[in-house]
Amino acid sequence: MFGFGILSGLIFLPLVGAAFILSLRGESEAVLRNTRWAALLTTVATFLLSLYAWSLFDTSSAAFQLVEQKAWLGSGIIYKLGVDGMSMPFVLLTTFLMPICILASWESITTRVKEYMIAFLVLETLMIGVFCALDLVLFYLFFEGGLIPMFLIIGVWGGKNRIYASFKFFLYTLLGSLLMLLAIMAMYGVAGTTDIEVLLKTTFSSTMQKWLWLAFFASFAVKMPMWPVHTWLPDAHVEAPTAGSVILAGILLKMGGYGFIRFSLPMFPEASAYFAPLVWTLSVIAIIYTSLVAMVQEDMKKLIAYSSVAHMGFVTMGLFAMNPQGVQGAIFQMISHGLVSGALFLCVGVVYDRLHTREISAYGGLVKNMPMYAVVFMLFTMANVGLPGTSGFVGEFLTLAGAFRSNTWVALFATSGVILSAAYALFLYRRVIFGVLEKPALMKMPDLNARELTCLVPLFVLTIYYGVRPGPILDACAPAVDLLIKNYQTALAAAKTAAVALH
Amino acid sequence: MDSLSFQLAHSLPEVVMAIGALFLLMLGAFGAGKRDWIITEVAIAILGLAMLSMLFQIDGKALVWNGAFVDDAFGRFMKMLAIGGALVSLLLSREFMAREHIDFFEFPVLVMLATLGMSMLISANGLIALYVGLELMSLALYVIAAFHRDNLRASEAGLKYFALGALSSGMLLYGSSLLYGFTGTVNFPELAAALQDKPSLGVIFGLVFVLAGLAFKMSLVPFHMWTPDVYEGAPTPVTAFFASAAKMAAVAITVRIAITAFPGIKLQWQQILIFVSILSMIVGAFGALGQTNIKRLMAYSSIGHMGFAMVGLAAGTEAGVSGILIYLAIYLVMTLGTFAAILCMRVGNHYVENIGDLAGLSRNNGLMAFAVAMMMFSLAGIPPLAGFFAKYYVFAAAIDAGLYWLAVIGMLASTVAAFYYLRVVKIVYFDPPARSFERAAIEVRGVMTLSLVFVLAFVIFAGPIVESASAAAKSLVWY
Repeated sequence: MFGFGILSGLIFLPLVGAAFILSLRGESEAVLRNTRWAALLTTVATFLLSLYAWSLFDTSSAAFQLVEQKAWLGSGIIYKLGVDGMSMPFVLLTTFLMPICILASWESITTRVKEYMIAFLVLETLMIGVFCALDLVLFYLFFEGGLIPMFLIIGVWGGKNRIYASFKFFLYTLLGSLLMLLAIMAMYGVAGTTDIEVLLKTTFSSTMQKWLWLAFFASFAVKMPMWPVHTWLPDAHVEAPTAGSVILAGILLKMGGYGFIRFSLPMFPEASAYFAPLVWTLSVIAIIYTSLVAMVQEDMKKLIAYSSVAHMGFVTMGLFAMNPQGVQGAIFQMISHGLVSGALFLCVGVVYDRLHTREISAYGGLVKNMPMYAVVFMLFTMANVGLPGTSGFVGEFLTLAGAFRSNTWVALFATSGVILSAAYALFLYRRVIFGVLEKPALMKMPDLNARELTCLVPLFVLTIYYGVRPGPILDACAPAVDLLIKNYQTALAAAKTAAVALH
Repeated sequence: MDSLSFQLAHSLPEVVMAIGALFLLMLGAFGAGKRDWIITEVAIAILGLAMLSMLFQIDGKALVWNGAFVDDAFGRFMKMLAIGGALVSLLLSREFMAREHIDFFEFPVLVMLATLGMSMLISANGLIALYVGLELMSLALYVIAAFHRDNLRASEAGLKYFALGALSSGMLLYGSSLLYGFTGTVNFPELAAALQDKPSLGVIFGLVFVLAGLAFKMSLVPFHMWTPDVYEGAPTPVTAFFASAAKMAAVAITVRIAITAFPGIKLQWQQILIFVSILSMIVGAFGALGQTNIKRLMAYSSIGHMGFAMVGLAAGTEAGVSGILIYLAIYLVMTLGTFAAILCMRVGNHYVENIGDLAGLSRNNGLMAFAVAMMMFSLAGIPPLAGFFAKYYVFAAAIDAGLYWLAVIGMLASTVAAFYYLRVVKIVYFDPPARSFERAAIEVRGVMTLSLVFVLAFVIFAGPIVESASAAAKSLVWY
């Protein structure tokens, strides 16, 4: 339509919904209801459109598909979109989580509903754009633009300490990204274009690669987040409204990992090999250290936030192992973590909506009066631990297997993280769900209602489905990952030959 | 010697404004009383006419009036911005001046004269033409800074501006005389021809003094001291005029003199510009952190932004110049939009200026809150808003020229600057509502809304602006 393809449709559909909501006037109950329904229908329509895109997607090819291109700024900066096996799963994850987020905010958001829904829809546009962009400047635009709605979501609808958290989130991420922007400019200087497909074929000198790699690393490591630049995440998670946490954990964190796969590894192969030990070290520290930190948390959301940092450690470790198991495992782990941690934040949101506290000690014995909740929460806790049969297991196992092939010591230390994650997750579960139901406020709490079930059941089903049958995701990204690894090895071999020839 | 009609045709906007200013003066003097009855409206029309006349001007490059002035695409681009800034400032002034009871007919006349000075300054092709244009602009600006003469702060602002401005004019003149003494010419291309190899000490002194004088007009550190006080003290529409049109002219002539008169001693001026640019970015970022008055905040913001724009000139390449032009175009709109929002801050019959007065604006006036927030995000350079592209092009040029450290420092400074812009957003969106503002005049709200649209939609329509900026940059010397 109008010369735009289906990916543009995906990106701009949420904006259409936002424009519609903007046109609604008044604050009456009917208007608020219309706002919520409009947001929900928009996100569902976007999800259906993304399923259609998925049906057009050829999983056996490693090339970019559904490509569309238009002139934009001139001089080598173009409007170019396209997806391959490494980005398509993330697009689907985004569009899948969005309706759930809208549903999760259905009753908990009562002030400024219109602005809230608009912020979420704009955020969806920007997130889909990140995964579809095939031009670096366009990518940066979407990547960084997401800060504005997220800043407002945390700051306006957040908890007590929301202002501190929103500023920290914004400035931390901004600083990292600005360095990446400089690197993008430098790459433009070399290649004369910011077309990602061209840049993937461009070879940068080894010194330049190292600087560029570091600049991109500054951005993605903060976004991911990796130890020691993870400190914004617990604050942001704790203060954000439930749906904001879901988006943060489910999608925004994945942008860092996606950036590594899309840019750092294929464009700077020599530097990636050079810095891999650094990444491994940071990953292992993240896995062990943040798991230990998670164990002593008193706040449920904070605990899950730290566990997210640990799980992202598995992702970076797998990515820089640079073998099929590691990279595919990392992609799988990101998708799985998007589902599981999103669901965990929803679970916290369920009890938070009832009791308005996230203190673990305020709960106990919920299994007695909330049996359905106990079952759902258990599954996601187990998936977080990485129990076989859940999607969490596949990701962790593959990344560990990949790391083992590259460096056994890394794998050895990282595996201890699995044990630690079992410790903090089960500890949390025991304190919240089991024990004696003695607090009067808890006794009155009703079990999951239909709306909450609608949010959680799809995640529940997918967590088990992908745990038993990980094929769909792994097959989709396999050709692209194989190509990535092949190019990586060729580049390293070429660099080695060049180095030998010099001596 | 070219025919008179040829020369007039190439200085059409100046002619329009000169005749317009005299006409307005007559109209005011022989009209009904001291008040401004339709003078502002006529002045706006004349400025519009001057802009229109540029659209019909002959393309290409021409030297007129014995080579003292040059008419080229670069000049036309910058004049468009400067005259546009003046026009919008006059639009913004109508309501304010009437409410503050200072709607005298001299104001539009002085603005017109200042704009004429800017226009001559932008086209100046020699040191004397430069000085004439600069003084015409500055003298008018000194008066309108103190235009609210019963107001203590306004008269203080005017006096301060005048004293420091006179000093800087002196420095500029001294530098010019040194340059003339050591090269024997005042004409830019001839200066360029004379300054090919290693410059003598006298030339370097002259260069430094000239740049210092210009840096004062651009409010670059260390010549920025006047900016916060004058911005705060002057009537708000005057501040808008200072921050928009006056900056356009000052930057334009700095770019022109650096590129066309001193290409041979680029190494020398590059150092100076890198130095002032870094200082301005840092002072602009840190100075604004503690401000509570929004006009003072905007003063530091403009110091910082001039520092960012100078990053493009420090690169000294065609891409850098085109980056500056894009930067200035975007900066102009953001500044005018922000000042329009500031002019909407009226409680009863009284204008307020504290950032705290904006608290909870999003509850009372959604559109204005959104406009302020987007202006702030844009000034901070967050994509996909226009301000991002401004920074992108100058920094890309700096990286391309190998000025990595300048770029890194600039990025760090802009993170610090982001903090105080965010603070305004925080007050507007996160804080509980304090007071609601009266409805501003239609033209003020119109300017605010149009700027908002520009800032949001630049990402879609950036292509043509980027192209015309790079054509303008080409016309400067690379032809």
